[in-house]
Amino acid sequence: MEVNCETIKHLASLANFSLEDKETESLAGDLQNIIKYISELDKLNTDGIEPTYQVFEMENVWRDDEIKEQDANREQLLALTKEEKDHQIKVPKVL
Amino acid sequence: MKTADKKTTATMLVKEALEKAKKFEDYNIFTFVNEEGALKKAAEIDAKIARGEKVGKLAGVPYALKDNYLSPEGETTASAHILQGFTSPITATSVEKLEKEGAIMIGRTNLDAFAHGSSTENSYFGPTLNAYDKERVAGGSSGGSAVAVALDIVQFATGSDTGGSIRQPASFNGVYGLKPTYGAVSRYGVVAMASSTDCMGFFTKTPEDMDLLMSIASGRDEKDMTTLPDFYDKSEIKKVRKIGVVKDFDNDSVNTEIRNALKEKVEDLKKKGIEIVELDMPTLKYALAAYYIIVPAEVASNLSRYDGIRYGFRSENSKDLDSLYENTRSEGFMPENKRRIMIGNFVLSSGFYDAYFLKAAKARTLIVKEYEEAFKKCDFILTPVSPNYAFKLGEKVNDPIAMYLEDLMSVSLNLAGVPGLAVPVGKTKTGLPLGLQLVGPRRSDKSLIEFSKELK
Repeated sequence: MEVNCETIKHLASLANFSLEDKETESLAGDLQNIIKYISELDKLNTDGIEPTYQVFEMENVWRDDEIKEQDANREQLLALTKEEKDHQIKVPKVL
Repeated sequence: MKTADKKTTATMLVKEALEKAKKFEDYNIFTFVNEEGALKKAAEIDAKIARGEKVGKLAGVPYALKDNYLSPEGETTASAHILQGFTSPITATSVEKLEKEGAIMIGRTNLDAFAHGSSTENSYFGPTLNAYDKERVAGGSSGGSAVAVALDIVQFATGSDTGGSIRQPASFNGVYGLKPTYGAVSRYGVVAMASSTDCMGFFTKTPEDMDLLMSIASGRDEKDMTTLPDFYDKSEIKKVRKIGVVKDFDNDSVNTEIRNALKEKVEDLKKKGIEIVELDMPTLKYALAAYYIIVPAEVASNLSRYDGIRYGFRSENSKDLDSLYENTRSEGFMPENKRRIMIGNFVLSSGFYDAYFLKAAKARTLIVKEYEEAFKKCDFILTPVSPNYAFKLGEKVNDPIAMYLEDLMSVSLNLAGVPGLAVPVGKTKTGLPLGLQLVGPRRSDKSLIEFSKELK
């Protein structure tokens, strides 16, 4: 798998990064090496093996669908944003 | 644990810790020092003691909090630029439990930004220096916490361990570091890195302190549905008869002094009548590759929430919403954060998912099984924590693979969800700390801590 600047630009767009050319080049080198290393896994035979996504021993732990207590209220959360107007978070234009 | 009483007040303990924090300022341990808040809490505890009221098991004990634990005291930044300015309205469950027993946070400690790293050099605030040699790394990602305990600034510190971030800095600084069983300690209120491997734990100077902290902090938490039902205090301390050593780690990729320290301890244990079992664990050498697929995938997902809109850093002068996202994330993340997010997007993207992510998830099954098989043959396993002792600052920071290789022996535990305790076992010829790792089956945390006393 060859990682070139085009690959990096695509991955950067998936991650919402705007990269400068120099950064793109250094990331291409780094990611090439990392992908080469993780491709070592090809040597491991996993035929017929089921995947494991978590090591928690239980599944579907439910709680009642009711609000008990909230650790933070609306005012506290809105206070964290840079710009607020009429109880809304203000952002630059969308279109 | 030295707690406050009428003679040694909480105020005295806190003042002493704050003075030491100042004395060791050049180590760059703290991202925030909680002078005012800590002294206020100390005065409250002292008043309680003076009135003869009951105080908690950690009354007046100063501690250091890894800066990825949320609490309203100081900004929680995870040592990342993108979280600067964020003061949390909520408190992590662990913090709540510790403080309910009277522990007092005197400062937040430095880490690799978002806990991505093995040296604390990836911090936005610069590296923390090793407690034994200022030209060497503290280890990471919980470098600040490890050094704070090693220099006796505090009696304990919190850490998080996704692939070795407690155990490796503990061994680099000669202290105890526990990565508990997955789900033993609540993750609620800790900045998420990789949700399926993140474990919350501690740094201490003694096994006794570790035991006390686990009995307080572990347990089921309704706010974290992946916490296990309470088991810590109920886990019986079984008689340990057999210790496993992994043949696959006894090779040139591991530093000779570390291998010798392991051999010495094995001989000691034999003399104590413990049987040593040699283990073949051939899948472990693939754990690091599997880890650096699974964890970046989860990182890419967990770090997608940082967009500059609701909290933390927001890039200025963006012309529209899309460029605000892009500029904030580009300026706010460290290079290693970007590498991991992009690797995560790569291994999850269509066309590569089966070859990388699914393959790694299958490898994880084999790793889990390999541990299960090993624990049929022995009670605990004794291994190195990492292939090297504390390395020089700057030595590996520009070589991601060299840095990742530091995690060679620690990551498999996180993939399997089993507990591991880094135990200080001596020094190199040049006086740097050496640590070994005790690994046990799930839920054996208490016995593991108890048995570590045999390695003294």
